Amino acid sequence: MSFILWLSDSLIPFAILFIVGFGVLMRRPVYDDFAEGAKEGAKTVFGVLPALVGLMTGVGVLRASGFLDAVSGVLGRWTQMAGLPPQLLPVAIAKLFSSGAATGLALDIFQTSGPDSPLGLAVSLMLSSTESVFYTMSIYFLSVKVKKTRYTLPGALLATLAGIAASVFLAGQI
Amino acid sequence: MQERTDMEKECAMLNYIWAFMIITGVVWAAVHDNIAAVTQGFLDSAAGAVDLCVTMLGVVSMWSGILKIGERSGLVDRMAGRMEPILHFLFPDLPAGHPARRSIAVNMIANMLGLGWAATPAGLQAMKELEELEEERRAAKKSAAEAGAASREMCTFLIINISSLQLIPINMIAYRSRYGSAAPAAIVGPAVMATAASTFAAVLFCRAMNRRRKV
Repeated sequence: MSFILWLSDSLIPFAILFIVGFGVLMRRPVYDDFAEGAKEGAKTVFGVLPALVGLMTGVGVLRASGFLDAVSGVLGRWTQMAGLPPQLLPVAIAKLFSSGAATGLALDIFQTSGPDSPLGLAVSLMLSSTESVFYTMSIYFLSVKVKKTRYTLPGALLATLAGIAASVFLAGQI
Repeated sequence: MQERTDMEKECAMLNYIWAFMIITGVVWAAVHDNIAAVTQGFLDSAAGAVDLCVTMLGVVSMWSGILKIGERSGLVDRMAGRMEPILHFLFPDLPAGHPARRSIAVNMIANMLGLGWAATPAGLQAMKELEELEEERRAAKKSAAEAGAASREMCTFLIINISSLQLIPINMIAYRSRYGSAAPAAIVGPAVMATAASTFAAVLFCRAMNRRRKV
Protein backbone atom coordinates (compact mmCIF):
# COMPACT_ATOMS: atom_id res chain seq x y z
CA MET A 1 0.00 0.00 0.00
CA SER A 2 2.78 2.46 0.87
CA PHE A 3 4.32 1.74 -2.54
CA ILE A 4 1.05 2.74 -4.23
CA LEU A 5 0.93 5.97 -2.23
CA TRP A 6 4.55 6.67 -3.12
CA LEU A 7 3.71 6.06 -6.80
CA SER A 8 0.81 8.54 -6.63
CA ASP A 9 3.06 11.21 -5.14
CA SER A 10 6.12 10.72 -7.29
CA LEU A 11 5.16 9.33 -10.71
CA ILE A 12 4.28 12.71 -12.25
CA PRO A 13 7.25 14.68 -10.83
CA PHE A 14 9.71 11.94 -11.83
CA ALA A 15 8.13 11.56 -15.28
CA ILE A 16 8.54 15.32 -15.81
CA LEU A 17 12.14 15.19 -14.53
CA PHE A 18 12.91 12.23 -16.79
CA ILE A 19 11.39 13.75 -19.93
CA VAL A 20 12.89 17.22 -19.46
CA GLY A 21 16.25 15.69 -18.45
CA PHE A 22 16.27 13.50 -21.54
CA GLY A 23 15.43 16.52 -23.71
CA VAL A 24 18.37 18.47 -22.24
CA LEU A 25 20.71 15.47 -22.80
CA MET A 26 19.56 15.30 -26.43
CA ARG A 27 20.34 19.04 -26.69
CA ARG A 28 16.76 19.96 -27.56
CA PRO A 29 15.50 23.52 -27.01
CA VAL A 30 13.24 22.15 -24.25
CA TYR A 31 11.37 25.33 -23.44
CA ASP A 32 10.55 25.96 -27.13
CA ASP A 33 9.28 22.38 -27.47
CA PHE A 34 7.27 22.79 -24.27
CA ALA A 35 5.67 26.03 -25.47
CA GLU A 36 4.71 24.44 -28.78
CA GLY A 37 3.15 21.42 -27.06
CA ALA A 38 1.33 23.61 -24.54
CA LYS A 39 -0.15 25.62 -27.42
CA GLU A 40 -1.43 22.40 -29.01
CA GLY A 41 -2.80 21.30 -25.63
CA ALA A 42 -4.70 24.58 -25.24
CA LYS A 43 -6.13 24.14 -28.74
CA THR A 44 -7.20 20.58 -27.85
CA VAL A 45 -9.09 21.83 -24.80
CA PHE A 46 -10.87 24.53 -26.82
CA GLY A 47 -11.62 21.83 -29.38
CA VAL A 48 -13.35 19.58 -26.84
CA LEU A 49 -15.32 22.43 -25.20
CA PRO A 50 -18.39 22.05 -27.48
CA ALA A 51 -18.39 18.26 -26.96
CA LEU A 52 -18.17 18.71 -23.18
CA VAL A 53 -21.02 21.23 -23.23
CA GLY A 54 -23.13 18.75 -25.20
CA LEU A 55 -22.34 15.69 -23.09
CA MET A 56 -22.53 17.38 -19.72
CA THR A 57 -25.86 18.93 -20.72
CA GLY A 58 -27.17 15.52 -21.80
CA VAL A 59 -26.19 13.96 -18.49
CA GLY A 60 -27.39 17.05 -16.59
CA VAL A 61 -30.84 16.72 -18.15
CA LEU A 62 -30.97 13.01 -17.31
CA ARG A 63 -29.92 13.77 -13.74
CA ALA A 64 -32.38 16.67 -13.27
CA SER A 65 -35.28 14.67 -14.73
CA GLY A 66 -34.82 12.02 -12.05
CA PHE A 67 -34.09 9.34 -14.68
CA LEU A 68 -30.57 8.54 -13.39
CA ASP A 69 -31.86 8.03 -9.85
CA ALA A 70 -34.61 5.76 -11.16
CA VAL A 71 -32.09 3.67 -13.13
CA SER A 72 -29.76 3.41 -10.13
CA GLY A 73 -32.73 2.34 -8.00
CA VAL A 74 -33.61 -0.47 -10.39
CA LEU A 75 -30.00 -1.55 -10.96
CA GLY A 76 -29.24 -1.33 -7.25
CA ARG A 77 -31.13 -4.53 -6.48
CA TRP A 78 -28.84 -6.53 -8.77
CA THR A 79 -25.54 -4.70 -8.29
CA GLN A 80 -25.84 -4.90 -4.51
CA MET A 81 -25.46 -8.66 -4.81
CA ALA A 82 -22.21 -8.23 -6.75
CA GLY A 83 -21.03 -5.68 -4.19
CA LEU A 84 -21.05 -2.84 -6.72
CA PRO A 85 -22.48 0.66 -6.26
CA PRO A 86 -25.42 0.96 -8.73
CA GLN A 87 -24.12 4.26 -10.23
CA LEU A 88 -21.03 2.49 -11.62
CA LEU A 89 -22.92 0.31 -14.08
CA PRO A 90 -24.21 3.07 -16.42
CA VAL A 91 -20.66 4.52 -16.55
CA ALA A 92 -19.21 1.11 -17.39
CA ILE A 93 -21.77 0.50 -20.15
CA ALA A 94 -21.34 4.00 -21.63
CA LYS A 95 -17.55 3.52 -21.60
CA LEU A 96 -17.83 0.48 -23.89
CA PHE A 97 -19.19 2.77 -26.63
CA SER A 98 -17.86 6.24 -25.94
CA SER A 99 -15.28 7.72 -23.58
CA GLY A 100 -17.03 11.09 -23.86
CA ALA A 101 -20.41 9.82 -22.68
CA ALA A 102 -18.77 7.92 -19.80
CA THR A 103 -16.86 11.06 -18.80
CA GLY A 104 -20.14 13.00 -18.69
CA LEU A 105 -21.64 10.44 -16.28
CA ALA A 106 -18.45 10.36 -14.19
CA LEU A 107 -18.48 14.14 -13.81
CA ASP A 108 -22.07 13.90 -12.60
CA ILE A 109 -20.91 11.44 -9.92
CA PHE A 110 -18.10 13.84 -8.90
CA GLN A 111 -20.68 16.59 -8.58
CA THR A 112 -23.18 14.59 -6.53
CA SER A 113 -20.90 12.31 -4.43
CA GLY A 114 -17.52 14.06 -4.62
CA PRO A 115 -14.32 12.81 -6.30
CA ASP A 116 -12.87 11.52 -3.00
CA SER A 117 -15.94 9.46 -1.99
CA PRO A 118 -15.59 5.66 -2.41
CA LEU A 119 -17.82 5.92 -5.50
CA GLY A 120 -15.85 8.88 -6.89
CA LEU A 121 -12.56 7.02 -6.44
CA ALA A 122 -13.92 3.85 -8.04
CA VAL A 123 -15.16 5.76 -11.08
CA SER A 124 -11.85 7.69 -11.36
CA LEU A 125 -9.92 4.42 -11.44
CA MET A 126 -12.38 2.67 -13.73
CA LEU A 127 -12.19 5.33 -16.43
CA SER A 128 -8.38 5.45 -16.09
CA SER A 129 -7.94 1.72 -16.60
CA THR A 130 -10.40 0.92 -19.42
CA GLU A 131 -10.86 1.88 -23.07
CA SER A 132 -13.98 2.26 -25.19
CA VAL A 133 -14.16 -1.33 -26.49
CA PHE A 134 -16.60 -1.03 -29.39
CA TYR A 135 -15.36 2.35 -30.56
CA THR A 136 -11.70 1.23 -30.65
CA MET A 137 -12.54 -2.05 -32.36
CA SER A 138 -14.62 -0.28 -34.98
CA ILE A 139 -11.95 2.23 -36.04
CA TYR A 140 -9.12 -0.28 -36.09
CA PHE A 141 -10.95 -3.12 -37.83
CA LEU A 142 -12.78 -0.85 -40.30
CA SER A 143 -9.44 0.62 -41.37
CA VAL A 144 -8.40 -2.79 -42.78
CA LYS A 145 -11.94 -3.91 -43.72
CA VAL A 146 -11.95 -6.83 -41.28
CA LYS A 147 -15.47 -8.01 -40.43
CA LYS A 148 -14.81 -11.21 -38.47
CA THR A 149 -13.13 -10.08 -35.30
CA ARG A 150 -12.75 -13.62 -33.89
CA TYR A 151 -11.77 -13.61 -30.21
CA THR A 152 -11.03 -9.88 -29.96
CA LEU A 153 -14.33 -8.95 -28.29
CA PRO A 154 -14.27 -11.65 -25.56
CA GLY A 155 -10.63 -10.77 -24.81
CA ALA A 156 -11.32 -7.03 -24.71
CA LEU A 157 -14.37 -7.50 -22.48
CA LEU A 158 -12.39 -9.78 -20.15
CA ALA A 159 -9.65 -7.14 -19.84
CA THR A 160 -12.28 -4.43 -19.20
CA LEU A 161 -13.94 -6.56 -16.53
CA ALA A 162 -10.55 -7.12 -14.85
CA GLY A 163 -9.96 -3.35 -14.92
CA ILE A 164 -13.35 -2.63 -13.34
CA ALA A 165 -12.91 -5.32 -10.65
CA ALA A 166 -9.42 -4.00 -9.80
CA SER A 167 -10.76 -0.42 -9.68
CA VAL A 168 -13.56 -1.26 -7.25
CA PHE A 169 -11.18 -3.30 -5.09
CA LEU A 170 -8.44 -0.62 -5.06
CA ALA A 171 -10.94 2.19 -4.39
CA GLY A 172 -11.90 0.33 -1.21
CA GLN A 173 -8.24 0.23 -0.13
CA ILE A 174 -7.46 3.96 -0.45
CA MET B 1 -6.73 13.50 -41.68
CA GLN B 2 -6.87 10.43 -39.47
CA GLU B 3 -7.82 12.49 -36.42
CA ARG B 4 -10.83 13.79 -38.29
CA THR B 5 -12.13 10.36 -39.30
CA ASP B 6 -11.70 9.23 -35.66
CA MET B 7 -13.82 12.07 -34.42
CA GLU B 8 -16.44 11.50 -37.08
CA LYS B 9 -16.84 7.86 -36.04
CA GLU B 10 -17.06 8.71 -32.36
CA CYS B 11 -19.71 11.25 -33.36
CA ALA B 12 -21.67 8.58 -35.25
CA MET B 13 -22.15 6.60 -32.04
CA LEU B 14 -22.64 9.70 -29.98
CA ASN B 15 -25.53 10.77 -32.21
CA TYR B 16 -27.57 7.94 -30.73
CA ILE B 17 -26.27 8.18 -27.18
CA TRP B 18 -26.72 11.94 -26.98
CA ALA B 19 -30.18 11.93 -28.56
CA PHE B 20 -31.17 9.20 -26.09
CA MET B 21 -29.98 11.31 -23.14
CA ILE B 22 -31.76 14.50 -24.20
CA ILE B 23 -35.05 12.91 -25.32
CA THR B 24 -35.29 10.49 -22.39
CA GLY B 25 -34.45 13.29 -19.95
CA VAL B 26 -37.12 15.69 -21.18
CA VAL B 27 -39.82 13.04 -21.64
CA TRP B 28 -39.07 11.44 -18.26
CA ALA B 29 -39.25 14.82 -16.53
CA ALA B 30 -42.53 15.68 -18.29
CA VAL B 31 -44.12 12.37 -17.26
CA HIS B 32 -42.93 12.71 -13.66
CA ASP B 33 -43.99 16.37 -13.44
CA ASN B 34 -40.39 17.54 -12.98
CA ILE B 35 -39.99 19.71 -16.08
CA ALA B 36 -38.79 22.88 -14.32
CA ALA B 37 -35.71 21.01 -13.10
CA VAL B 38 -34.71 20.25 -16.70
CA THR B 39 -34.26 23.92 -17.58
CA GLN B 40 -32.06 24.35 -14.53
CA GLY B 41 -30.18 21.19 -15.54
CA PHE B 42 -29.47 22.65 -19.00
CA LEU B 43 -28.18 25.93 -17.58
CA ASP B 44 -26.05 24.41 -14.80
CA SER B 45 -24.40 21.76 -16.96
CA ALA B 46 -23.58 24.11 -19.82
CA ALA B 47 -21.94 26.52 -17.39
CA GLY B 48 -20.25 23.59 -15.61
CA ALA B 49 -18.63 22.46 -18.87
CA VAL B 50 -17.00 25.89 -19.33
CA ASP B 51 -15.76 25.92 -15.73
CA LEU B 52 -14.26 22.48 -16.26
CA CYS B 53 -12.49 23.58 -19.45
CA VAL B 54 -10.85 26.47 -17.59
CA THR B 55 -9.25 23.98 -15.15
CA MET B 56 -8.33 21.65 -18.01
CA LEU B 57 -6.78 24.46 -20.01
CA GLY B 58 -4.02 24.73 -17.42
CA VAL B 59 -3.40 21.04 -16.72
CA VAL B 60 -3.71 19.76 -20.28
CA SER B 61 -1.54 22.56 -21.75
CA MET B 62 1.17 21.87 -19.19
CA TRP B 63 1.15 18.12 -19.77
CA SER B 64 1.01 18.42 -23.57
CA GLY B 65 4.04 20.70 -23.37
CA ILE B 66 5.99 18.13 -21.35
CA LEU B 67 5.00 15.31 -23.70
CA LYS B 68 6.05 17.40 -26.71
CA ILE B 69 9.59 17.50 -25.26
CA GLY B 70 9.50 13.70 -25.00
CA GLU B 71 8.31 13.37 -28.58
CA ARG B 72 10.83 15.85 -30.07
CA SER B 73 13.82 14.46 -28.18
CA GLY B 74 13.21 10.99 -29.64
CA LEU B 75 12.20 9.47 -26.31
CA VAL B 76 9.19 7.66 -27.83
CA ASP B 77 11.39 6.13 -30.56
CA ARG B 78 14.07 5.17 -28.04
CA MET B 79 11.55 3.45 -25.77
CA ALA B 80 9.86 1.70 -28.71
CA GLY B 81 13.22 0.15 -29.59
CA ARG B 82 13.34 -1.48 -26.14
CA MET B 83 9.99 -3.24 -26.64
CA GLU B 84 11.46 -6.22 -28.57
CA PRO B 85 11.35 -8.77 -25.68
CA ILE B 86 7.70 -7.87 -24.99
CA LEU B 87 6.78 -8.10 -28.68
CA HIS B 88 8.52 -11.45 -28.90
CA PHE B 89 6.45 -12.69 -25.96
CA LEU B 90 3.11 -11.35 -27.26
CA PHE B 91 3.56 -12.02 -30.99
CA PRO B 92 5.59 -15.24 -31.28
CA ASP B 93 4.72 -15.68 -34.99
CA LEU B 94 5.44 -12.11 -36.10
CA PRO B 95 8.64 -12.36 -38.20
CA ALA B 96 11.77 -10.63 -36.86
CA GLY B 97 12.31 -7.25 -38.51
CA HIS B 98 8.72 -7.01 -39.77
CA PRO B 99 7.63 -3.32 -40.02
CA ALA B 100 4.53 -4.03 -37.89
CA ARG B 101 6.81 -4.55 -34.86
CA ARG B 102 7.86 -0.93 -34.98
CA SER B 103 4.29 0.43 -35.40
CA ILE B 104 2.96 -1.75 -32.57
CA ALA B 105 5.80 -0.63 -30.28
CA VAL B 106 5.22 3.07 -31.04
CA ASN B 107 1.48 2.65 -30.49
CA MET B 108 2.02 0.98 -27.11
CA ILE B 109 4.56 3.52 -25.86
CA ALA B 110 2.42 6.45 -27.03
CA ASN B 111 -0.58 4.95 -25.23
CA MET B 112 1.42 4.48 -22.03
CA LEU B 113 2.47 8.13 -22.08
CA GLY B 114 -1.04 9.30 -22.93
CA LEU B 115 -0.06 10.57 -26.40
CA GLY B 116 -3.38 9.70 -28.04
CA TRP B 117 -2.69 11.64 -31.22
CA ALA B 118 0.58 9.75 -31.80
CA ALA B 119 -0.90 6.38 -30.80
CA THR B 120 -3.78 6.17 -33.28
CA PRO B 121 -1.85 6.73 -36.56
CA ALA B 122 0.82 4.20 -35.46
CA GLY B 123 -1.92 1.74 -34.48
CA LEU B 124 -3.70 2.03 -37.83
CA GLN B 125 -0.36 1.61 -39.58
CA ALA B 126 0.22 -1.56 -37.53
CA MET B 127 -3.18 -2.94 -38.58
CA LYS B 128 -2.36 -2.27 -42.25
CA GLU B 129 0.99 -4.07 -41.95
CA LEU B 130 -0.57 -6.99 -40.10
CA GLU B 131 -3.21 -7.28 -42.82
CA GLU B 132 -0.45 -7.38 -45.49
CA LEU B 133 1.34 -10.07 -43.50
CA GLU B 134 -1.86 -12.13 -43.34
CA GLU B 135 -2.35 -11.69 -47.10
CA GLU B 136 1.11 -13.16 -47.66
CA ARG B 137 0.27 -16.06 -45.35
CA ARG B 138 -2.99 -16.65 -47.20
CA ALA B 139 -1.10 -16.72 -50.51
CA ALA B 140 1.24 -19.32 -48.99
CA LYS B 141 -1.76 -21.19 -47.51
CA LYS B 142 -0.34 -20.75 -44.01
CA SER B 143 -3.08 -18.55 -42.63
CA ALA B 144 -5.50 -19.51 -39.87
CA ALA B 145 -7.80 -16.62 -40.79
CA GLU B 146 -9.85 -16.45 -43.99
CA ALA B 147 -10.11 -13.21 -45.99
CA GLY B 148 -11.98 -10.54 -43.99
CA ALA B 149 -11.16 -12.21 -40.67
CA ALA B 150 -8.77 -10.87 -38.03
CA SER B 151 -5.36 -12.51 -37.79
CA ARG B 152 -4.01 -13.79 -34.47
CA GLU B 153 -1.68 -10.76 -34.27
CA MET B 154 -4.55 -8.33 -34.87
CA CYS B 155 -6.60 -9.90 -32.06
CA THR B 156 -3.66 -9.75 -29.65
CA PHE B 157 -2.76 -6.19 -30.62
CA LEU B 158 -6.31 -4.87 -30.16
CA ILE B 159 -6.99 -6.75 -26.92
CA ILE B 160 -3.79 -5.34 -25.38
CA ASN B 161 -4.60 -1.89 -26.77
CA ILE B 162 -8.16 -1.96 -25.35
CA SER B 163 -6.94 -3.26 -21.98
CA SER B 164 -5.65 0.32 -21.56
CA LEU B 165 -1.95 1.05 -21.16
CA GLN B 166 -2.09 4.67 -20.01
CA LEU B 167 0.12 5.22 -16.96
CA ILE B 168 -0.73 8.83 -16.07
CA PRO B 169 -4.46 9.65 -16.33
CA ILE B 170 -3.92 13.39 -16.67
CA ASN B 171 -7.48 14.27 -17.75
CA MET B 172 -8.94 12.44 -14.76
CA ILE B 173 -6.60 14.36 -12.46
CA ALA B 174 -7.86 17.62 -13.98
CA TYR B 175 -11.53 16.60 -13.53
CA ARG B 176 -10.92 15.59 -9.93
CA SER B 177 -9.15 18.83 -9.16
CA ARG B 178 -12.04 20.85 -10.67
CA TYR B 179 -14.59 19.05 -8.48
CA GLY B 180 -12.74 19.81 -5.28
CA SER B 181 -10.68 16.68 -4.62
CA ALA B 182 -8.31 17.06 -1.66
CA ALA B 183 -5.73 14.97 -3.53
CA PRO B 184 -6.46 14.85 -7.28
CA ALA B 185 -3.35 12.76 -8.03
CA ALA B 186 -4.04 10.19 -5.28
CA ILE B 187 -5.46 7.93 -7.98
CA VAL B 188 -2.19 7.71 -9.96
CA GLY B 189 -0.72 4.75 -8.05
CA PRO B 190 -3.96 2.73 -7.87
CA ALA B 191 -4.69 3.59 -11.53
CA VAL B 192 -1.32 2.10 -12.53
CA MET B 193 -2.27 -1.04 -10.56
CA ALA B 194 -5.74 -1.25 -12.14
CA THR B 195 -4.26 -0.75 -15.61
CA ALA B 196 -1.70 -3.46 -14.83
CA ALA B 197 -4.51 -5.80 -13.75
CA SER B 198 -6.52 -5.29 -16.95
CA THR B 199 -3.43 -5.63 -19.14
CA PHE B 200 -2.35 -8.75 -17.23
CA ALA B 201 -5.77 -10.34 -17.88
CA ALA B 202 -5.45 -9.39 -21.56
CA VAL B 203 -1.95 -10.93 -21.83
CA LEU B 204 -3.06 -14.18 -20.14
CA PHE B 205 -6.04 -14.44 -22.49
CA CYS B 206 -3.93 -13.79 -25.62
CA ARG B 207 -1.25 -16.29 -24.54
CA ALA B 208 -3.92 -18.93 -23.96
CA MET B 209 -5.43 -18.25 -27.41
CA ASN B 210 -1.97 -18.33 -29.03
CA ARG B 211 -1.41 -21.83 -27.66
CA ARG B 212 -4.62 -23.12 -29.18
CA ARG B 213 -3.09 -22.92 -32.66
CA LYS B 214 -4.60 -24.72 -35.59
CA VAL B 215 -1.99 -24.15 -38.31
